[in-house]
Amino acid sequence: MHVSISVNGEQVSREIEPRQLLVHFIRETPDLTGTHWGCDTSNCGACVVQMDGQPVKSCTILAAMCEGHEIRTVESLEVNGRLDPIQMGFHEQHALQCGFCTPGMLMTTRALLDENPDPTDQEIRIAISGAICRCTGYKNIVSAVRWAAEYEAAAKQEV
Amino acid sequence: MQTPASFEYERATSVEGAIASLERLGSEARIIAGGHSLLPMMKLRLANPEHLIDINDLTELSYIREQGDEVSIGALTRHVDLLKSELLARHFPLFRDAENVIADPVVRNRGTIGGSLCQADAAEDLSAVCSAVKAKAVIRGASGERVVAMADFHVGPYMTAVGAGEMLTEVRIPLRPGGGSAHEKVERRAGDWAIAAASAAVWIEAGKIADVGLALSAVGPTTIHLSRAEELLRGKARSEELFAQAGEIASADCSPSADGRGPIDYKCHLAGVLTTRALRRAATRALNQEA
Repeated sequence: MHVSISVNGEQVSREIEPRQLLVHFIRETPDLTGTHWGCDTSNCGACVVQMDGQPVKSCTILAAMCEGHEIRTVESLEVNGRLDPIQMGFHEQHALQCGFCTPGMLMTTRALLDENPDPTDQEIRIAISGAICRCTGYKNIVSAVRWAAEYEAAAKQEV
Repeated sequence: MQTPASFEYERATSVEGAIASLERLGSEARIIAGGHSLLPMMKLRLANPEHLIDINDLTELSYIREQGDEVSIGALTRHVDLLKSELLARHFPLFRDAENVIADPVVRNRGTIGGSLCQADAAEDLSAVCSAVKAKAVIRGASGERVVAMADFHVGPYMTAVGAGEMLTEVRIPLRPGGGSAHEKVERRAGDWAIAAASAAVWIEAGKIADVGLALSAVGPTTIHLSRAEELLRGKARSEELFAQAGEIASADCSPSADGRGPIDYKCHLAGVLTTRALRRAATRALNQEA
């Protein structure tokens, strides 16, 4: 079947089998291998992308279901060479070691800050409860999200 | 790589169209909504539908409304919307209790109430929730609608009253005065299936339990309706002793199997404790509402 999906603002059109999962559709698109394919069982959260602004697990959605929807991947965060504040936060607070979970963590926590610009540590932990990191122990990830929240609040005040 | 076996895909543009497709394609067709139960089962070849009918565009099935003496929930309403609904939290707070601990927030963005009920997994929380509040399932087919009580909806493990050529379109919950409800769950880690969970709803009139609904998740082949415990409670004044007795009945009337989540005696004990806790909290909420 033919599908045409908006990925990071660009229409990606391809012939696919109906059974193709969104994560593979994305990763088979040139330059879009940032979305990681992890557990394949909707447990680990490495494959999280945003669908119409909401974080979703792309290993448990068919690509065919996404036609007509806006998909955003980790590649969309950096704009004109400038990192998104959530990426800056992960860098500043050393919120990754191996980095495998990071794309999903970034898209999950970006969506959190879009909905709740000033989350508590507990709210951050709940938001990432569907994302597994085996390196950091989560503490630095929580710090990174707080860093980004404070950075964005300060930037807003300057305007 | 885990990928489902091949199937034909079509996107429904109306409820009537989805039902017509189900009729035409027969038992090899399945409806897909959130897909967070069906796709994992298809990856493992536990489900092998030849046709998938995607109903995600049928936004007319996504709503939570108060209509007369009922609250109606469309089958495509997602977990995140059930969690955030102030209407549900006010009338049936057990929904928010349960939704806070169903899977994780990202999964809750996709999964639906219709999918959860139709999956009919005994470990799933919303089936117990809907049983406790005595919800009714609205099932639509080509020849019209029929309404089935939750007690008759689950006919076996992974089996429901929804027949070939039919789909669940709505869940209706009767609104009655003096009601309170609660859902209690114990899980191994955030987002996991329950080791055991208990749903309770009580309706208190003039200081007595006028009616009660009790159901358990994850401790039997299907959702367990605790009708013996309900009979014990009906018509009596609330008391700790009474709730403890109901918990003992729950322990006796469940039939869990031993697995990685625990041995049988632990799960039976837990089912009793959670039943007592859910009843206590439901009754407290009912009294606040009554006052």
